[in-house]
Amino acid sequence: MTTGVLNPSHYPARRAATVVQHYLNTRYGSPYRWIFLSKVHSGSAEDMAEMRKYQLELTMQEMISNVSGQCSAELLFPGGEGQSAPQVQASCEGLLQSNPTAQEEAFYQQHRASNNMVSGSNIPDSYGHMEPSMKPFWHLGGVASSCIMLRESNESTLYNMAQVANFTQLETEKDQLRFNYHVLLHEMISQEIIHWKLLVTWSPEQGVKVLQTELQPKCHDCEAPPNTTN
Amino acid sequence: MCVSMYSAVWSREETTERNYYTRYHNMSEITAWMEQMKRENPDVVSSMVYGQTYERRNITLLKIGLSSTGRKKAIWMDCGIHAREWIAPAFCQYFVREILRTYKTDTKVNEMMKNLDFYITPVLNVDGYIYSWHNESTRLWRKSRSPGTGGCTCYGTDINRNFYANWGMVGVSTDCCSQTYCGTKALSESEARAVTDMLGKMREDILAFLTIHSYGQLLLVPYGHPNISAPNYDELMEVGLAAATAIKAVHGMDYTVGTSPDVLYANSGSSRDFARLIGIPLSFTFELRDKGEHGFELPEDQIQPTCEEAYAGAHHIITYAHDKAFYSYAATVTATLWTTLLAAWVSSAILL
Repeated sequence: MTTGVLNPSHYPARRAATVVQHYLNTRYGSPYRWIFLSKVHSGSAEDMAEMRKYQLELTMQEMISNVSGQCSAELLFPGGEGQSAPQVQASCEGLLQSNPTAQEEAFYQQHRASNNMVSGSNIPDSYGHMEPSMKPFWHLGGVASSCIMLRESNESTLYNMAQVANFTQLETEKDQLRFNYHVLLHEMISQEIIHWKLLVTWSPEQGVKVLQTELQPKCHDCEAPPNTTN
Repeated sequence: MCVSMYSAVWSREETTERNYYTRYHNMSEITAWMEQMKRENPDVVSSMVYGQTYERRNITLLKIGLSSTGRKKAIWMDCGIHAREWIAPAFCQYFVREILRTYKTDTKVNEMMKNLDFYITPVLNVDGYIYSWHNESTRLWRKSRSPGTGGCTCYGTDINRNFYANWGMVGVSTDCCSQTYCGTKALSESEARAVTDMLGKMREDILAFLTIHSYGQLLLVPYGHPNISAPNYDELMEVGLAAATAIKAVHGMDYTVGTSPDVLYANSGSSRDFARLIGIPLSFTFELRDKGEHGFELPEDQIQPTCEEAYAGAHHIITYAHDKAFYSYAATVTATLWTTLLAAWVSSAILL
């Protein structure tokens, strides 16, 4: 494992930086806020007891407003046999405001009343295309996927969401919009496409919450693993 | 848009339509396009079937260059070794169109077309590519379509782990269900054998080997094994970094340059490594857009800018390879001539 000053263009810093991206999306992402790694400026890694600690200086970009910001982050990858998620702390300048935007409020009001349940599939489609009305649901799927991608990440993984296979809106409950999502994640090192089903809620105040996750089997005639609740 | 009488006779995928090169095309469209390139440019374009896929389909390349009597040096480019990387075949098509469009007017392209032949395979993994077009659930297929063996019921071998280049050593799986399954043995896949045989025949003539993939925005240099360095690593990095600069100048996109174990992951059995191992000096893997926002499903409105920047990068590498072969050679000849003349003058002076 690389220790000391990291080359920002080499994979250890880039994989750790992507974990920071997933973390920021789980904290701040929404149908209208989707954060993506822009650049790794510098980083370092050190061994600490059973853990690996990374420090990174990054630029992150919010993809809808196109605003970029500098971020400082610290990650702890747990060592040993445990499957626990990495711990991330990050602070960013100029990038994240916690107040919901007008777009988010309008979207929330539009879909809150349960007389017209939305659903969609193959976002984006094979040609990379998606209907403009589907874009917020794509972002929401990405943010929800970030919860899983964060949880599943280690120093030997690099996750991106490949596609929202489908989503269905459920009845609004406790003022939260609710959706079932089926997402496809791409893990770069193994090159695998991993299917997850998620139960997702969102409101401008509460943000995105993933209530249930279910790993889908790779093959059609396999046993599905039991439901996992967060 | 005007539709000429001519277009009405051919399919609607006629390349006179301005937006042909801004869309993805299935295998039968690409096959028809190859025929069209030959038909429209008979003096410079020919095709060659150089192998068969598992499902017995032809693996075809376009050979492009001004004809000459002698043996010519060559540039190799292949696209679509991984089925889901649709932007790669799109780039091969764009590259072909670009050199055909410019070779009469651009002095550098013209010179390279005189001195070199371009061997371009728009789709190497034909079976996989066709399968990825089958329906939405097959879109993300990567491997070949050969069946598993020994009780393993999944399909496909990763063709880019199947070459005879440190085969099976690192960054591979022996599980036939895995996306990086390296096969039962090196060159178990007919697609890998086809490329191996062609490169074997041509290896003294090939100046540069470019294999096109997505995604990640990377230029990868040999080798995929972390403990093995290419003898000309410094040259490969220098040329690669200059190519990345050329790419960035087009639309501002950053492409990272390095060995696969440095910037991505260790791997073995790649075509890029095989090309370098048999002596082709400049061997690069291009990983095109994007960095994961859309991944393999790159929107069609990004095809053109991606191809423009990749072309600038490829053009840099090819120009370097060409100039190194043809200008260094001339410099060597000139130096030899002077040495010979000098020796003759000295010896004649002594005789007098």
